[in-house]
Amino acid sequence: MTLPQSEADLTAVATATPVRAGLVRRLLRNPVAVACLVILAVITLASVFAPLLTSQDPARSSLTETLAPAGGKHLLGGDGVGRDVLARLLYGGRTSLLGALIAVSVALVIGVPAGLVAGYYRRWFDAVGSWLANLLMAVPAIVVLLVVMSAIGQNTYVGMAVFGVLLSPGVFRLIRASVISVREELYVDAARVSGLTDGRIVRRHILPVVQAPTIIQAAQMLGLAIVIQSGLEFLGLGSASEASWGSMLNDAFANIYTKPILLLWPGAALALTVAAFCLLGNALRDALDASANTTRRSRRTTRKRKPTAARTVAQETPGTDTDSDSDSDSGTGTGTGTGSGTETRAGSEAASPTDSAPETGTNPQATSTPTPGPNNGPRSGTDTATAGSEPHTGPDSTPQPDAGPDARTISTADAGTKSVADTGPDAEQQPRTDSRPDAGTATGTGTETGSMAGARPGSRTATDALLVLDGLTVSYPAAGGEKTVVDGVSLTVRRGEVLGLVGESGSGKSQTAFAVLGLLPPEAQVSTGRLVFEGTDLARLGRAEMNRLRGRRIAYVPQEPMSNLDPSFRIGSQLVEPVRRHLGLSRAAAKAKTLGLLERVGIADPERVFASYPHQISGGMAQRVLIAGAVSCDPDLLIADEPTTALDVTVQAEVLDLMRSLQRERNMGMVLVTHDFGVVADICDRVSVMQTGAVVESAPASELFAAPQHPYTRMLLASTLEDAEPRPAPGRTPATTTAGSTNTAHQEGRA
Amino acid sequence: MIVFVARRVAAGLALVVVIATTTFALMGLTGSDPARQIVGQTATKEQVAAKSAELGLDQPMVERYWHWLTDAVQGNLGTSWFSGESVTDSLANRLPVTLSIVLAALLLSAVLSTLLGVAAAVRRGALDQLVQLLAVVGFAVPSFLVALVLAVVIGVDLGWLPATGYIPLADSASGWLKSITLPALSLAVGAIAATAQQVRGSMVDVLRADYVRTLRARGISERSLLFRHALRNAAPAALTVLALQFIGLVGGAVVVEKVFGLNGIGSQATSAGSQGDTPVVMGVVVVMVAIVVVVNIALDVAYGWLNPKVRVG
Repeated sequence: MTLPQSEADLTAVATATPVRAGLVRRLLRNPVAVACLVILAVITLASVFAPLLTSQDPARSSLTETLAPAGGKHLLGGDGVGRDVLARLLYGGRTSLLGALIAVSVALVIGVPAGLVAGYYRRWFDAVGSWLANLLMAVPAIVVLLVVMSAIGQNTYVGMAVFGVLLSPGVFRLIRASVISVREELYVDAARVSGLTDGRIVRRHILPVVQAPTIIQAAQMLGLAIVIQSGLEFLGLGSASEASWGSMLNDAFANIYTKPILLLWPGAALALTVAAFCLLGNALRDALDASANTTRRSRRTTRKRKPTAARTVAQETPGTDTDSDSDSDSGTGTGTGTGSGTETRAGSEAASPTDSAPETGTNPQATSTPTPGPNNGPRSGTDTATAGSEPHTGPDSTPQPDAGPDARTISTADAGTKSVADTGPDAEQQPRTDSRPDAGTATGTGTETGSMAGARPGSRTATDALLVLDGLTVSYPAAGGEKTVVDGVSLTVRRGEVLGLVGESGSGKSQTAFAVLGLLPPEAQVSTGRLVFEGTDLARLGRAEMNRLRGRRIAYVPQEPMSNLDPSFRIGSQLVEPVRRHLGLSRAAAKAKTLGLLERVGIADPERVFASYPHQISGGMAQRVLIAGAVSCDPDLLIADEPTTALDVTVQAEVLDLMRSLQRERNMGMVLVTHDFGVVADICDRVSVMQTGAVVESAPASELFAAPQHPYTRMLLASTLEDAEPRPAPGRTPATTTAGSTNTAHQEGRA
Repeated sequence: MIVFVARRVAAGLALVVVIATTTFALMGLTGSDPARQIVGQTATKEQVAAKSAELGLDQPMVERYWHWLTDAVQGNLGTSWFSGESVTDSLANRLPVTLSIVLAALLLSAVLSTLLGVAAAVRRGALDQLVQLLAVVGFAVPSFLVALVLAVVIGVDLGWLPATGYIPLADSASGWLKSITLPALSLAVGAIAATAQQVRGSMVDVLRADYVRTLRARGISERSLLFRHALRNAAPAALTVLALQFIGLVGGAVVVEKVFGLNGIGSQATSAGSQGDTPVVMGVVVVMVAIVVVVNIALDVAYGWLNPKVRVG
């Protein structure tokens, strides 16, 4: 006797969208749904037309026909008292379906109005209703029905009506939740302001929303009612004169040793009917989700978890999306839509290669719209068409909503032109090159490896490289093929060096970082030419070996501090666990070390933070904790994914200072993923600029600020704040100051 | 935490009282003349009246209810109208049977749904589909039907486990375990299916969470990641579902006890209900609701323990 709905289902269904015409069509395209509908139709028709299908009387018993074998007069044989099994099966369907209909009708008649009123007006009615609902839900239904039937009398239909009352809290809660979610919507507010009566608002705006989840729940309640009803009949409660599946099971139970086959027919009918209702409900929900997806409703869904089907992607208009986190959100916000029309675009570029630079869209948010697969094609197609018609917009042009494939083409064309100039007489003196393989092919010079070794000519060589990454490609399966989010990226990090990985959202920088850590989601397809950490080929390591390396030698500082601490464990235990595992320390030693670390990262009261849960500390504090966790095992390489983006501005500077001092103190190599040139100026020795999955420029930080070569770099630099004083970059090469005087506009403050 | 538990206990007591009152009113207002039923159709009017007086039925209902309530608080649930047996005693005799199968079913549900749900969330693929299929089957096949099939196949045809009867734990531990295995399993199927589905969903969500990635980045073992961190965070949602499932599970015991011929509270409910034996029905209802309340409070406490935001401000 399962209960109607889990909490999760409740919230999932509560936020579903109204029924529309496409829903039925979508439902009919689902083979499971069609099968369920056919089964239910057959069972219903068989019950309704029972008198036509059999001439036998389901109630007439005859001693000579007791347990009669199947065939002849009794197609399915006779039961324990000589009644025809087929007739009872057919007529029993009537009882089951009619009883279930009664129960569900009662539940709806009580639950829907009560839920509407409680959800719409709230106040005392809501309080009382919710209290009653909880009360009714806490009582085992069978027990209540036993009492009621012994008090009122043995009647299946009365029992089912009472069961409807017991089901009504489920309906009440569903409707109430749906109404509450809708009445907060702006269009309902607008309707209210414009003077619509409550009755009309409910009819026009609220009922349509409530309709679909109610139908889904009704399907499940029908199944549940049939189950409960058969249970009662099996106990011998209910109308004795009427044939029913439950009483057939009761009879089968009585003859279970002599003729167990009697179980089969009513059992199968019961299970089939209930399963059909259940699956039909699921299919309806899937169809609803699908229609919510394709119609791209702007109403944001608040659902938290959903057991089946794809979740609805909340559509946001371009520009409202914060640019900070969409590229760490694997696979969805990468913005490298494979659009058609690239060719047209490239054509227009070729006609005027010099003016193309600013075209790429100056807004870092440009590519951050999380667009679900199916919508990708048509959208980027339109964008390309528009952009292609006016290629000569200036630097201040409005950002392109979707700079995916177009931007790529430009940068390639442009980098190509530049490379011709750069790779002139002395390639070593021109460390800045386009590292994208195809750019190299375009110019006929293979300079990408040179950019690594030649970044600081003479000072260091590639042999002291801590991390060498060569030709990394990451792609995700998407609708209609693959979506490549990192395309042939190569990086080198030396011991004690900070490499800034810069780019707008969706440029693949976080994906690159996760690829090094081996932390990409399982659906990611990764290929690397080379991924070597201190002579160890990471690509070849097994899961366990990689796990031993992570945290111990390669550490990670995440972007969003609050979501990166396990909410269920005290901070101390989260920090101690890896320390004990990697360094083999005793509990006490690990605790002492952890407390020391917390103090080192500037936490005033380490003991208190050690014993706190994540929800008890601030974001800045949490980021310090995460940094402490990252450096706890003295790693050689630290990968920080936008470690300051989610913090307050004042805290940002402190955390950055902390990271820099830790990095110097421990001589760690560091990869700092950021979109913020202020951070780069502060802390990075070298910079790789990424755009749509590829490194477009790599250079020592000073040189990059002094003379950015790639148009995309120039554009990014220009888009940072222009009126702020540059943060001093102590200990940098003199070039920084030169750059400061000549190129002030390009290296200013934080975005 | 203490306030939290105290609140739940108070709400539980209120529930028991409300249900008891409603039941009493229902039985008293609508029941046919119980005295006549007991003494039989052939008895004289005087005999019926005498019986009525003996049972206290000649007093007003409110007074009778007050009488019952004050006795019940002291642990005296009255005597059966039909057998004259003390309701408290007969319930006490039958309680171990019902508790055994219901709690064993709860345990089975918790353990199996966790294993299935975690495995489905981690391995996905065929196993995942199996869990989804089980969810439908568990919903569609009532527990007594599962019980019938198990009794026939495992109990009778294969003879692995007894198909009927109950062996007290005090008599034989292994016998007890054998006698409750099939009933508990058939009761649990529905709850396992629903809870496994929830465990799977929560685990899939948790495994996508940022902090799981960060924990991985710190190189903690996969086992600790799954069973210490991820499961701990997925557990509260699963517990909520399990608590709801348990209510249905107690109801299911009524039917399953009949299939396996167990003399538990459920079978007593069936017989007393059909006889209209008010004191027994009252006792059964109170005890069953109390079981639900106690177990739900225990699950609430577990929920609070698992969720530090509930436990510490």
